[in-house]
Order: sequence, then C-alpha cells, then structure tokens
Amino acid sequence: MSQDRLATHAPMSIASAKLLKDMNVIPRTDRGRPLSQDTGAGGYELIVESGRAERHYWRDLWQYRELFQVLAWRDISVRYKQTVIGAAWALIRPFLTMVVFTIVFGKLAKLPSDGAEPYALMVFAGMLPWSFFATALADASNSLIGNANLISKVYFPRLIVPVAAVMVAFVDFVVSFAILAGLMVWYQFMPGWQLLLLPAFAGIAFMASLGVGAWVTALNVKYRDFRYVIPFIVQLGLYVSPVGFSSAIVPDEWRLVYSLNPMVGVIDGFRWCVLRGESQLYWPGLWLSVAVSSFFLWSGIRQFRKMEKSFADLI
Amino acid sequence: MSDIAITAENLSKSYLVGHRFTQREGYSVLRDVIAREARNFARKTFDFMRGIQIVQGDEVEQFWALRDVSFEVKRGEVLGIIGRNGAGKSTLLKILSRITEPDRGRVTLRGRVASLLEVGTGFHPELTGRENIFLNGAILGMTRAEIKTKFDEIVAFSEVERFLDTPVKRYSSGMYVRLAFSVAAHLEPEILIVDEVLAVGDAEFQKKCLGKMHSVAVGENRTVLFVSHNLQAVQSLCDRAIMLETGTIVMQDASRSVVARYLAQAQSSSGERVWNRDTAPGNENVALLAIRVFSSDGRPSGAFDSDQDVFIGLDFFVQETNASLCVGFDLTNCEGVTIFRTYQTDLPQEHWPPVKMGQNRWRCKIPKGLLNGGDFLLSPRISIHNVSWIVHEDAVLKFHLNLRHGVSPFWNSLSEKNRPGLVAPILDWSVAVH
Repeated sequence: MSQDRLATHAPMSIASAKLLKDMNVIPRTDRGRPLSQDTGAGGYELIVESGRAERHYWRDLWQYRELFQVLAWRDISVRYKQTVIGAAWALIRPFLTMVVFTIVFGKLAKLPSDGAEPYALMVFAGMLPWSFFATALADASNSLIGNANLISKVYFPRLIVPVAAVMVAFVDFVVSFAILAGLMVWYQFMPGWQLLLLPAFAGIAFMASLGVGAWVTALNVKYRDFRYVIPFIVQLGLYVSPVGFSSAIVPDEWRLVYSLNPMVGVIDGFRWCVLRGESQLYWPGLWLSVAVSSFFLWSGIRQFRKMEKSFADLI
Repeated sequence: MSDIAITAENLSKSYLVGHRFTQREGYSVLRDVIAREARNFARKTFDFMRGIQIVQGDEVEQFWALRDVSFEVKRGEVLGIIGRNGAGKSTLLKILSRITEPDRGRVTLRGRVASLLEVGTGFHPELTGRENIFLNGAILGMTRAEIKTKFDEIVAFSEVERFLDTPVKRYSSGMYVRLAFSVAAHLEPEILIVDEVLAVGDAEFQKKCLGKMHSVAVGENRTVLFVSHNLQAVQSLCDRAIMLETGTIVMQDASRSVVARYLAQAQSSSGERVWNRDTAPGNENVALLAIRVFSSDGRPSGAFDSDQDVFIGLDFFVQETNASLCVGFDLTNCEGVTIFRTYQTDLPQEHWPPVKMGQNRWRCKIPKGLLNGGDFLLSPRISIHNVSWIVHEDAVLKFHLNLRHGVSPFWNSLSEKNRPGLVAPILDWSVAVH
C-alpha cells in the first residue's frame, strides 16, 4: 500500500488513440470468397439446435479437409522426434519383421506354401494387410479419447479424428509395402497384372478398419469398456484370419461363413495380387467380405454421427 | 434481418451430476452397503439400456447450467459476457462454438465462427514452435495458405523468433502462451468468440494482447463475444454486456452499467442496514433505525463510482428533542483510518435539517470527485454535543467506490490500488503567473 505504483492501465488510452488512426473497415474475405457488404447474401447461416440433423456436415468436412493431413502428419512426425535414427525406424521395423518371418517360417519351419512362390513371401503378403487393419483399428478406437483436449475445446467435424488415425496406419502400410517389393526383388519374383488391383484391396481394408474403428471410438467415449475389447479382438483376429496360413485350409462348406470376416477377403485378395494369381481367390467369399466391410463403414459412420453431439460432454 | 449476427433463443443445457451418500456415524452396515450397490447397479443397467449417460454415484441430479438464455448480437458489435465462476459462461460459449448441443432452444449464427476457448489447443510438446503454429492454425480453422501468409506476423507478435525451431516442451510458460495467443490472434472469422484468454503473459504482453483484441474487435468491425474477468477490458472493448448468474441472464445493458452492477453484487453488500425498534442502537430518547448508502437514483447499493454523488441516509426515531442533538457519521477506510467525521451541526444553524418527533429521515451528500477508490466503512454517530454519546456504532455498513477520474485521459482506471491517498480530489492546476 505504501509503494507508489505507476498505473499500468493508463497507456491503454494512448494505444486506443493510436489504433483509432489505423482503424478502417477491412473488406472481409472468406477464404477467397468476398462477402457482399449489403445484406449478407452469400453469407453463411447455421442453426444450432438439439437434435437438428447436421446438413452442413459434409460441407464442413470438405472445408476442414486440410485437418486430415495435419493430424496425420502430427502423429507421424511426433514418433521420430528426438531419435538418432529418425525416420529410418519406419523402414527398419518392417524390414526386421520380414527377416524374422523369412528365417522362421521359410527356413526353420519349412511349412508348405500355396504354389511355387516362397513361403516367406506368402506370409508377408498376408501379414501386411493384417497389420494395417490391426494398427488402424487400435489407433482409430483410441483416437477420440487421445484427442480429448481438442474435442472439448475446438469445433471441427469429429470424423476427421479416426480417419486421420487410419491414414497414419496407411502410411506405415505403404512403407511396409516397399519392403515387400524389396523382398520380391530378393526372391526374383515378378508379379503379374494382378498387382494393379492391389489398391482396391487396400481400400477394402481401409473401409473395414474405419468402419469398426468409428463404431468403437464413438462407443468408447461413452463406455470406456471398449478400450479393453479391441486388443482382445485384434489378438483373436490374428489367429482366426488367414495370416499365418492359407484360407484354402478351411473346409469348403465353411468357406462362405469364414468370409464374414472382412479381412479374409482382403488377405486372400492381397496374396492373389502379389503372388500373381497363384494362390486361389475364392470370389463369393471376396464379395461377402466387401459387403461386410461396406456395411461396417456405413453403420460405423452413422453411429458415430449420432453420438457425435455428446462427445464433448462425455469425454 | 441479416444485420443480426447471432440470435440465441431460450438456450438451456443440463448436466447429470452424481452424489455419493457419505457414511454416517463412522461405520456402515454391510446389509446397507450391499443394498446400495445393488440399487446403483440396477440403475446403471437401466440407464445403459435406455442409452442415458451412466453417472457414478448413489443419487443423480439434473443440474441446469443454462436456463432460457436469449440474446441478440448485431453484426460488428462487441458483446461482453460477465458473471461469477460457475454462472454458465463457458457452457454458453461451447454451445455457440458448436462443441456441445443445447438441450432446448436454438442459436442462429450468420457468419463463420472461430472460437478461442483456450490458448494452445492442440499444441504438441514434441513439435517445434514453427510446426505448432501450422498445427494450431489448422485446428482453429485457418488454411495452410493463410497461415503461410501470416506466418511472419504471428512470429513477430509472439516474440519467440529465436526459439522457433525448438520443441515447445522446452519453452517457458510465458513463451508458450505468447505463441499460442499469437496464432489465435491472427484468426479472421466473421464471428469471434473469446473465453478468458486475454490474461496471458507478463504485463507488457497483456497490453499487447488487449491492443490486438481491440484492433480485431473494434478496428476490423467483427462480431465478437468476449468473456473475461478483466472488467476494464470488458468496459473498453465491449459496447454491450450481459451478466449471467447461475445460468440465466440477469442483466443486458451498456457494458458500464453491467460491470457496475456486477461489482456491486460482488461486494455482497446490500447498501443498507436496518434495525428493529427494540434492537436499534441508541437510548430511549433517540434510536437509529437505519443507515443507507445510495446514489442519486435513490436505490441502496454497495458500489459507486467516484464521479457520482454518494448519499448517506440516516433514519432515526426521536422521543424527546434536544437542541444539541448531533447526528452524523465517521467515514473510515478498511484499515481503520478515519477519513472524516461529519455532523449536521457542522453547517451554520439555519441550514440544519429540522428534528421532528418520531421518524426522521435525513441524508448527507458526499460530493463526487472527493474520495479515492476503495472500500469504506460507515460508523454512525449520534450524540448530545459535549455531553454524551447516544449512538457510537463502528463499521456497520461497507461500500465500495470505483475510482473514476473520467475527466482525465490517464486515470480512467478501475483500480484504485494505483493511486495513493484517502481522498482524490481533482484540484486546479495552472501556470503560475509570476
């Protein structure tokens, strides 16, 4: 009380006076679209109400499209910060996995393969889409909870979050695919025209993982139990899906039911693409897998959209 | 009506709050515990099946954070929102930012909304300052091209140029918030919603923030909704303000009036003290019934501005008149220093108000431009001059004065902490003639 303090608030008036000089109405541009000055025609109107269907959702998703890659980039670049080897880890891990597989399954176990191609190649071709699916599913399921600070403080269409997580897994998949290409060169194995259809199968895996991921992550916000369900499903799926074995082992009468697992169609298709059609592709099973994936995608996104409005309250 | 940017109609939002019954008497009977847990489990199961949120606790209460909030904001207007903690300000902003949905009511937003509910949303500690600028900007809704154009401005404003390529986890907390605020300050939406984020950094930077907010809000003619506890900023930036209290709007007016009312309430002083006849201080001849403090509108209040006349009202009952009756009070500050003592008998005798038998109601005017800002205590004094005290109560009523040297370009301050002295008269200054 005895100290004489200069008012720290006083200069505000001077600052205001200065600003008054600079003050002019800057014509507003709306990301390149000039807003008309008269009645706001061409302006943007939005009504927020309980239960109102979000008609602007897809428009919003398009508007926020850059956020997909920003979030994916963030997750990827954070991985290799403060490392010595850096991004080379992205190559080393799948490379070492492949080496171990080749040695264990190819040389030591001497398990038979479908055709003339090396067993290691067959296993790796199965491992690749499965690890994409597993990583994508696990990451997408935890994506909302992991980004809780964003969900509660900023608006953007929440679907971006699990999609970005799947995109990150996809980048890993692409890198592993490069390793697979290297492996094929090593075995001097020329792929056929079927390789061109590979993106289609990758797309099915993308749909399946996004669909289930969206489902689980939306439910996970409300009921945290699902966090424990997913690792279990992934573990189980590894043994059930034809990763370590070929789906030709499955008896014929069960083949269709077996294809209800969307990854069966994807892994089979993958093998078929990479190994130039030498592993048999069971077409009805494939279409069933595609149908199941599409169904998961549609219902997953629908469930996500329904629950989206309460995320900020429950997270 | 397209010159209305925001229309809110009857917004209501509730949350479910759980309560646990605390154990009584230091022990609990096993049978009761089992019964309670079984009841909880049944309730949670039914809630799960009906799709209602599951709340931990023995009892669930519906807590209304907002109740029938309606207001309008014109395009280009700056609206301040003030209120105690827990009044519902942040909930209202979350609804306006589309982060959460109202239970009832609706909001119509005409224009793109960007909201600043927290500085540094999305900042990742492992990424560098440069990377975080792009990350945070994208999260807040800026396109990459926009961020690139404004990049240099953002860095210059934040004053962390030297450390731009170090991970943000190495920043001091001041640098962190400066960078975060800097990104957010360069948003250019049509409607901007700001929630208590101005008080970041040191005093120097806070001035910069206020200046920037001023240029954004006032200079660029944006519609701004501004929540702050910095009442000076609210007054200088906002044309109008609304005051929220436990989820409802209690006042919607020019920002100066709303801030004054908010301060008055915050003092928790009603502006008057009343006694019953039997408990009133005094003796059988003269008893003090009430003491009030009010401004020229006659309403008792707890806070005033120093550029208003303040009236002290004294109500007293007289059974037996006395020519030497002195009625007045002492004005002290909160440290007990007496600023002055005043009686009606200070005036020449012809100006004394007449003493009637029975109820008397007098008032005393404390002129404007006399007192400094701060808290003051009133101690009524009634006596027979040079004979005896009748009423000598200490500090029965408190009121607050906001320093308002409104005639001065410098002393437009609400903080009387900066100005020493018990009184703050505006004296005459002129150049000496010789």
